[in-house]
Amino acid sequence: MSNATVKELSELLARKACSSVELSHDFINKINELNNSLGCYITVDAERTLAQAKAADARRAAGDAGALTGVPLAHKDIFCTKGWLTTCGSKMLGNFVAPYDAHVVERCAAEGMVTLGKTNMDEFAMGSSNETSHFGPVRNPWDPQRVPGGSSGGSAAAVAARLAPAATGTDTGGSIRQPAALTGICGLKPTYGLVSRYGMIAFASSLDQAGPMARTAEDLGLLLNVMAGHDARDSTSLQRPAEDYNRDLAKPLKGLRIGLPKEFFGAGMSADVQKATDAAIAECKKLGAVPVEVSLPNMGLSVPVYYVLAPAEASSNLSRFDGVRYGHRAAEYGDLLDMYKRSRAEGFGAEVKRRILIGTYVLSHGYYDAYYIRAQKLRRLIARDFVEAFKTCDVILGPTSPTTAFKFGEKSADPVQMYLSDIYTIAVNLAGLPGMSIPCGFGDGGLPVGLQIIGNYFDEARMLNVAHQYQLATDWHRKAPGGVQS
Amino acid sequence: MSAKWEVVIGLETHAQLSTASKIFSGAPTAFGAEPNTQACGVDIALPGVLPVLNTGAVERAIRFGLAVGAKINSPSIFARKNYFYPDLPKGYQISQYEKPIVEGGTLTIQVGESEKTVRLTRAHLEEDAGKSLHEDFSGRSGIDLNRAGTPLLEIVSEPDMRSAEEAVAYARTLHTLVRWIDVCDGNMQEGSFRCDANVSVRLLGSKEFGTRREIKNLNSFRFLQQAIDYEVQWQISEIEDGRKIQQATVLFDPDSGETRMMRTKEDAHDYRYFPDPDLLPLEVSAERLAAVRAAMPELPEARRSRYMKEYLLSSYDASLITQSREWSEYFELAFQVLNADDKMVAAKHVVNWMSGELAAYLNRQEIDITRSVVSAPALGMLLKRNADGTLNNKMTKEVFAAMCAGEQGGDPDAIIAARGLKQISDSGEIEKIVDQVLAANAQQVADFRAGREKAFNSLVGQAMKATKGKANPQQVNEILRRKLSG
Repeated sequence: MSNATVKELSELLARKACSSVELSHDFINKINELNNSLGCYITVDAERTLAQAKAADARRAAGDAGALTGVPLAHKDIFCTKGWLTTCGSKMLGNFVAPYDAHVVERCAAEGMVTLGKTNMDEFAMGSSNETSHFGPVRNPWDPQRVPGGSSGGSAAAVAARLAPAATGTDTGGSIRQPAALTGICGLKPTYGLVSRYGMIAFASSLDQAGPMARTAEDLGLLLNVMAGHDARDSTSLQRPAEDYNRDLAKPLKGLRIGLPKEFFGAGMSADVQKATDAAIAECKKLGAVPVEVSLPNMGLSVPVYYVLAPAEASSNLSRFDGVRYGHRAAEYGDLLDMYKRSRAEGFGAEVKRRILIGTYVLSHGYYDAYYIRAQKLRRLIARDFVEAFKTCDVILGPTSPTTAFKFGEKSADPVQMYLSDIYTIAVNLAGLPGMSIPCGFGDGGLPVGLQIIGNYFDEARMLNVAHQYQLATDWHRKAPGGVQS
Repeated sequence: MSAKWEVVIGLETHAQLSTASKIFSGAPTAFGAEPNTQACGVDIALPGVLPVLNTGAVERAIRFGLAVGAKINSPSIFARKNYFYPDLPKGYQISQYEKPIVEGGTLTIQVGESEKTVRLTRAHLEEDAGKSLHEDFSGRSGIDLNRAGTPLLEIVSEPDMRSAEEAVAYARTLHTLVRWIDVCDGNMQEGSFRCDANVSVRLLGSKEFGTRREIKNLNSFRFLQQAIDYEVQWQISEIEDGRKIQQATVLFDPDSGETRMMRTKEDAHDYRYFPDPDLLPLEVSAERLAAVRAAMPELPEARRSRYMKEYLLSSYDASLITQSREWSEYFELAFQVLNADDKMVAAKHVVNWMSGELAAYLNRQEIDITRSVVSAPALGMLLKRNADGTLNNKMTKEVFAAMCAGEQGGDPDAIIAARGLKQISDSGEIEKIVDQVLAANAQQVADFRAGREKAFNSLVGQAMKATKGKANPQQVNEILRRKLSG
């Protein structure tokens, strides 16, 4: 049963072929069996999970069930979850039990979904390999010597390893799409503002966006239907009429214009990723889509722009972690300043400190105009490139990550190399556009490759349509890593 | 102060906006609650919480802007001011920096009998910090976050004031205005209205400003006056002794009456301002502006001018009854009830009583005019009884005293009836009494006839005494004089 999709599970539950309690038990057993070696979850709490499952079953028995009532899922540990440890992958919040639910958690709970646990992640979502987590590495289920990507590495690996049928993730520069690609699952970052950020621990507020991770495009749509919607507690949350993101799944792709940015297909992409991506594009053509060459001339600036803006916002967002009201406080300290210094020095890991330093620097008097203001201007240019591109195409296709999953330690010594693994995803966040990754084959060593689909603003339904049609014609998304199939 | 020096003063005033809830959260703003009972998740900066702007605060800022004839910027931008302090939970204060909601404007002040216009630089919205408590914690510090997130309007003047008197007049006028238009309760003891004064001195005729020092947190007009007076003397003596003034922030110690250095420019923070990505640019539509404008009351300055024009009141009198909206409304009501044909005489009559007996009563009771036992209509009625001859001045005072004591529910007519105070204005009756007095006081009559004017007063006194003070003194005078000259 753990191999079933969200859609299939919801049907099983609807037919009463199984109960949520049974389902949850299965997943808990599997987590108990594999989590020690994979490190997907930071926190599991079988008692709470089963209590939620029981409540879901009762709701179904009372005839009050929604489509996903009783379906279990995992939450990235960046979402505040009332009564659960919510660490954000950091020692700083190693003792923080959230006193409230994030909007996303609320929405899932209101639907009657069951929380399996809190998934591992790069510390404060800063990383592309999950190696910056305070709570140990997450192993890629396809090859335990390799990283699952990040920052939503725990969520991605859990879904890939069938330790959850679906999970929530967040994506600031690729943190849903890149780990989805590296673990052979599907992940969607919605248009900025579609899903409330309330209760999601902020990394870079103008870029952060929550989204679903699962094994099929259809599942992503079902989950997005639950997660999306206006929330008055987030001033950047958009007020839009509710929509069914799966409404267009069945549309044929005939005549669909797929934009292929020439900047995506140059140097930097490894040969095996290139091969799988080309094959996926060929498949789309077979389905009737028409390729169009487009250009994103400023895309090369997206990594440097991102590494000014995201750390700038992060340096300020992370100031609240000062050891005064909650979180880590140094055991020994002299005066107030010393308490700040020690608590933060001990509580934050190296990558987080690096970004706080960069961010503090670019906002400093005398540097602000040269870095922050300049980067904001370039951000607008990058967004404009997409606006231009979408005048001639309906969706943009390309690689999600320049390489397949890399080995532990391979890039962690060189931050810039690590940053470049998000080279195809970052521009999408800067523009606020929706983007997703779906499996499109395997590269060297049998490692999964992800295809990135970028849509115009609020075009999630069309992206899901493309992905679903592709998944009807291919079975990459049905492949499971060895040793986890059941 | 030596005549060759000129003082230059600019004020920054923090007016606490009179909203029921905080500027970015739903927590209440009421003063005096138990520490940390009025701080919600947003105020204590839990991980994941987000600010939502209080529209009531925005409306008050607009109202202020319109009242001083300023430009209302749309959009205005919220920025983060970053610094670490335990009573600043987020590690940054949300304020407005480059684009405040209110820009420019002027305030007309009265200094003695002359008028002066002070230019305003800007007024911006921001949140207050919490409070550090350094006592009663056995050597440790306590933090009370009830105040954190309280909405403030920081009103910045140009350096247009040239004396402590002008600075105080400006602060008083501003204080009247913000209360008049209901944006701030003006309670200085509770810190709802506090001033920072930027003070410098220069040689008369000099074009350049001297180096300024900023006196922080002056929460009474008296302290404002004392602090500036001290600071000016100090700066002059420093310069005359050959020392240079260093730009600095100083505190005023009311006990010693001195200002004391807090920090110099060298240890000023780099606040790393940048636009808050959690809040959208604040747009104020033309419709909203028009609605606020339409709901504006007549402003104190306009009303003051009107009183001077319509009722020929002196500048002093007009200022007195426009010192607050409550005083002005009291005046208007009493004036209406008095309802005399000669508006000018009536207005002066009411003003004299408000500044005399009423003010004395309020002072004795240490209460505000809004809590006066003597209502405005009751005072109007009392003065009507004085004007129509029912009461002479002495009786009027007696009735007023009875009204203050709450006699007969404060109704002047009831008091007059109960005390039998009606003035005797029947000339036949008075004539009878005068005849009796003349008969009984032959010596005084002889004295008067011998040219001793004093004897006349004595005879009037006898007549008044005989009527227990109820006779109309004017009539007594007339009749007595007629009879004596006859």
